[in-house]
Amino acid sequence: MSILVDTDTRVLVQGITGRDGSFHTKKMIEYGTTVVGGVTPGKGGLTMEGVPVFDSVVDAYESVEPNCSVIYVPAALAPDAMLEAAEAGIPLVVCISEGIPAVEMIKVKAFLTERGVRFIGPNCPGVISPGKCKVGIMPGAIHTPGCIGVVSRSGTLTYEVVASLTHAGLGQSTGLGIGGDPVIGTTFLDALELFERDSETDAVVMIGEIGGNDEERAAQYISEEMTTPVVSFIAGRTAPPGKRMGHAGAIIAGGNGTAEGKIKALEAVDVPVARIPSEIPRLLKDRGL
Amino acid sequence: MKVHEYQAKSILAEFGVPIPRGKVASNPEEVYRVAQELGGKVIIKAQVHAGGRGKAGGIQLAATAADAEAKAGKMLGSQLRTFQTGGDSIIIRQVLVEEAVDIENELYVSAVIDRSCSRLVIMGSTEGGVEIEEVAAHSPEKIYKEWADPQIGLAAFQARRLAMKLHDDKAIYRQLAVVIRGVYAGFVARDASLVEINPLVVTRDGKVLAVDAKMNFDDSALFRQPTVSGMRDAGEEDPLEEEARAAGLSFVGLDGDIGCVVNGAGLAMATMDMVKHFGGKPANFLDIGGSSSPEKVLTAMRILLSDQKVKSVLFNIFGGITRCDDVARGMVQALAELKKKPPVVVRLTGTNEDEGKRILRDVGLEVGASMEEAVRRAVAMAAGGGR
Repeated sequence: MSILVDTDTRVLVQGITGRDGSFHTKKMIEYGTTVVGGVTPGKGGLTMEGVPVFDSVVDAYESVEPNCSVIYVPAALAPDAMLEAAEAGIPLVVCISEGIPAVEMIKVKAFLTERGVRFIGPNCPGVISPGKCKVGIMPGAIHTPGCIGVVSRSGTLTYEVVASLTHAGLGQSTGLGIGGDPVIGTTFLDALELFERDSETDAVVMIGEIGGNDEERAAQYISEEMTTPVVSFIAGRTAPPGKRMGHAGAIIAGGNGTAEGKIKALEAVDVPVARIPSEIPRLLKDRGL
Repeated sequence: MKVHEYQAKSILAEFGVPIPRGKVASNPEEVYRVAQELGGKVIIKAQVHAGGRGKAGGIQLAATAADAEAKAGKMLGSQLRTFQTGGDSIIIRQVLVEEAVDIENELYVSAVIDRSCSRLVIMGSTEGGVEIEEVAAHSPEKIYKEWADPQIGLAAFQARRLAMKLHDDKAIYRQLAVVIRGVYAGFVARDASLVEINPLVVTRDGKVLAVDAKMNFDDSALFRQPTVSGMRDAGEEDPLEEEARAAGLSFVGLDGDIGCVVNGAGLAMATMDMVKHFGGKPANFLDIGGSSSPEKVLTAMRILLSDQKVKSVLFNIFGGITRCDDVARGMVQALAELKKKPPVVVRLTGTNEDEGKRILRDVGLEVGASMEEAVRRAVAMAAGGGR
């Protein structure tokens, strides 16, 4: 098994005619993902990368029956794209777009949650179940099928960790980027719950960073509810307070959200925290994987 | 994005929050005029993007307009160093001149996004005038909270409920409820990331006034907030951070000597952490972002090299939406155009990796190290260990 996406996933690409949308549609298809169509309002009837383009998500939903939508549209239009996907009945929405106002995301999250939509992101690399399906922008080649679940607030740092896992012979069940914004659809807690229930995930790597208290809450969940071992890495030990470190959510505010605080919370519940990313494979092997 | 106190107050006033009478001024003569209009006895407040002004001498009481002029004359153009300026001093260019008010008691009201439930939370406390972090640490029961429903917003009864916890007097808590609703409305309408009124005072004659106010804004929303964007005071920002922002890069300067050019915020932080782990000192955080064009890389290099402390430059690129060939082209262009050529260590992998490596190999740049190797080499170079 795996979580969220697998060989049954039928992907719709919102923003398929854009630079990033078309490039990554091609990459997803090359990886073996079943991309069933795309949406760009006003461009219905075109064919991109061999798949049909529709004017609306509803049109696409009726014609090609997607069960997942991935969004590559510019930030100003992305909230509407998410609402449209949810309203059309798509159960899984992955939003890659970066730079969406947080106030807007609060409303979008409420709308999607009310409709029972699972959504990932925004400002994230997407989700991949190696060998089965890739929905997003991560380089497919660094992944290999296996039993390690990976969940992260970062994009490229996740690739770094995944590449080191693959290099060490530790394949992945599913790799998931939850995004670097303050308001996101799927949190560490949600992802850990999914991995805990997945029979093919034997251990989880959680890659956190400064800002917020999602890692601290995850630590509590791990100690109370999880049997699957978790190892972690937290980025930003050298980050100065009060400065936004790239991600909108990566900021130490009023002494809260420091890397030290998160590392302490995790270590207190016996989750080993790597000092540098390349230590992660060893930490997993120490736990018998 | 940050704004000055007087700007935050002007925004909150639009949403019904009462503020003291006053005006911003940039020279002593202006201060005199404003002080006279306000009746002589005024408060002069340095307008800088840092808290802790009071303890550092940035807030002063003047008895007369002439006293205000004299005190402002000393403040304007002088350097202010508070516990929030990170050891640096900032020049006071403007002061806010406000009527002095007789304070009965000091309260606290703020709004932020509660990330754990993805809702806006309004907080109130009877412990105004002190650092709220201290209240949170020592007496968290004195901080009251109301969460706004994403679709309904903050209901009037919630504002009332919070107001009643801050004051028993009906005439006062009615005014407080107006302030609380104004804070919420201003936060949402202007895409803030923080609104803080501390202190929110009750005067001896029974009026509620926002005596201090702070607002920070969501950088991701500035595209739809022209008024807020127009309040940016470039003089308060680090010039390099400003240049980076204009070019679509995310840059934070630090004290070290190893320049870091990385794509992705998490990887950029991890790279800095690793530099430190291997005994080096990162000169900066720099995320060139996704979809990087060669121009962005060129700007990144220019910004890094304007820092005289930088002894080696470390590129750590893991392509996803970023294409390695775009970064390589920018790097080649930068190295051809820039006069100063520090030792460069390149780690390049991911999307279009082969093309990127070929471009770099053609100009004699070696690529291939892992992140760990690249960091170790950059640290060695900065320490004078050569290539």
